[in-house]
Amino acid sequence: MLCELCKKKEATIHLTQVLDGSVKKVHMCEECSEKSGFDAQGPTSITDILLGMGGEGGLTIGTQKSLGRSCPKCQMKLSSFKKSGRFGCPDCYDAFKDELAPLLKVMHRKDVHIGKIPSRESAMVQRSAELSSLEKELNDAVKTENYEEAARIRDRIKECKLAMKEPEDSGGDYNESTSNDKD
Amino acid sequence: MIKIDELLKQSGGWLAPGDDNAVVISSRVRLARNLKDCAFPGWAGEEECERIWSDLLPVLRSCKSLSKPLYSGLVDMSVLDKQVLFERHLISREHANKKKGSGIVLRRDENMSVMVNEEDHLRMQAMRPGLELTTCWDKVNELDSEIEQQVRYAFSPKIGYLTACPSNVGTGMRASAMLNVPGLVLMNEINAVVKGMAKIGLAIRGLWGEGSEAAGNMFQVSNQMTLGEKEEDIAENLEQIVLEIVEHEKNARARLTETQENLIRDHVGRAVGILSEAYILSSKEALDLLSDLRLGIDMGILTSVNRRTVDYLILLTQPGHLQKIEGRKLKTKERDSVRARLVRERIRTAIKK
Ligand SMILES: [Zn+2]
Ligand SMILES: [Zn+2]
Repeated sequence: MLCELCKKKEATIHLTQVLDGSVKKVHMCEECSEKSGFDAQGPTSITDILLGMGGEGGLTIGTQKSLGRSCPKCQMKLSSFKKSGRFGCPDCYDAFKDELAPLLKVMHRKDVHIGKIPSRESAMVQRSAELSSLEKELNDAVKTENYEEAARIRDRIKECKLAMKEPEDSGGDYNESTSNDKD
Repeated sequence: MIKIDELLKQSGGWLAPGDDNAVVISSRVRLARNLKDCAFPGWAGEEECERIWSDLLPVLRSCKSLSKPLYSGLVDMSVLDKQVLFERHLISREHANKKKGSGIVLRRDENMSVMVNEEDHLRMQAMRPGLELTTCWDKVNELDSEIEQQVRYAFSPKIGYLTACPSNVGTGMRASAMLNVPGLVLMNEINAVVKGMAKIGLAIRGLWGEGSEAAGNMFQVSNQMTLGEKEEDIAENLEQIVLEIVEHEKNARARLTETQENLIRDHVGRAVGILSEAYILSSKEALDLLSDLRLGIDMGILTSVNRRTVDYLILLTQPGHLQKIEGRKLKTKERDSVRARLVRERIRTAIKK
């Protein structure tokens, strides 16, 4: 059997992968498996396969225009992520969050972290949860035309956001801008 | 510095003596972590990686759960030494290929290790013989909590720990168990099991990832999804599934004994014969035959060799270990005869006793 990646060498590495509920085998040669980071420590990165590096189609990520966009922090372009399946820096998650969302959903079938939180981030996580619930309340208030209530909630949202911007707790960029979009 | 020769005297974090690890060879949990405001290792320049390594090394050395660890920059290690660490599951192949700015820190008993600047800034793992996924999670969690006191991780309240590859985002956790399931293979039931595991979102691969997936009837099972589940649940779920596989394997062995005892005895007998007489052994053939010995021992057919001897040989017959024992570089053909000699000597000695 030939390697699915280079289609030249004999495939000696066979991986079983799950894609969107269906089982798929990936066959490749040792060289390609090394190159693509399919190392023996953990299972294959499903990203590579989703991005079409496994040879069989794959998921489209980004549009012609968005592929040229880059992360303001590390300058990595989305097109570069599409090629490597690896981000340049933690801020890329925020910079490309819209393009990433469907990929995460396919990969993990879920999209919200419910596991461990670093102790120094816990205040931030709490505020971010508070913010989401406030935004929901605001929505309801506006819908029922309760503008007095809405104004009060807006003030609280402002306070909450201010608290999140405090330098010692500036770790929540991803969530922060997610909420900004909803304003 | 890591003295590889010292490590060779011990049997590794995943092959330590254990009684009940017939089917489950070892368990492992690893966490991926990154530093806030730093580019991921693959995108950062060499200089930044070197700075990160020199910042993280003292942090790791101060961690109680690593208890005065061994450490080394990868640039200071020979290719062969790195190969040995890879075979002992202490570093990944990808990490072994890294040079400046990457390093390894490990507990002397090899139960825990941390790769610095692999794909992520930190890849820490806990390893135990047998089925100990929950213990592994507890141990690596402890280490992680120690580290987070001293560094600021890249973390998002919504999607958790941020990793270079989005397939690790969330918990950054990969739990895996190494299984030896000759019964399922002999009964032709392994494919159904592999398919079933894949269906529920688990990844299956060979022991070292190289060679055919069924080499030595050894498989690694691990979780694939890292986002949206609690760490404890990931460990527990995998543990439950592994227990089910163990049941299937025991079942298959029982049926084998019932219906084809002669075939099993033949299988094990031939393995003993070849291993104690062969002069050329490839690593795949050695692994396959050693797996047969394991089966014979577990089923009470083979009593003259103990499983520890066999497990130790599985490790020692790997290319890096062989060359380290011989003290020189060996070509593939030379390795095959050195391997055969080592196995011959040890199996014969075991049988004589
Ligand atoms: Zn190839
Ligand atoms: Zn970036």
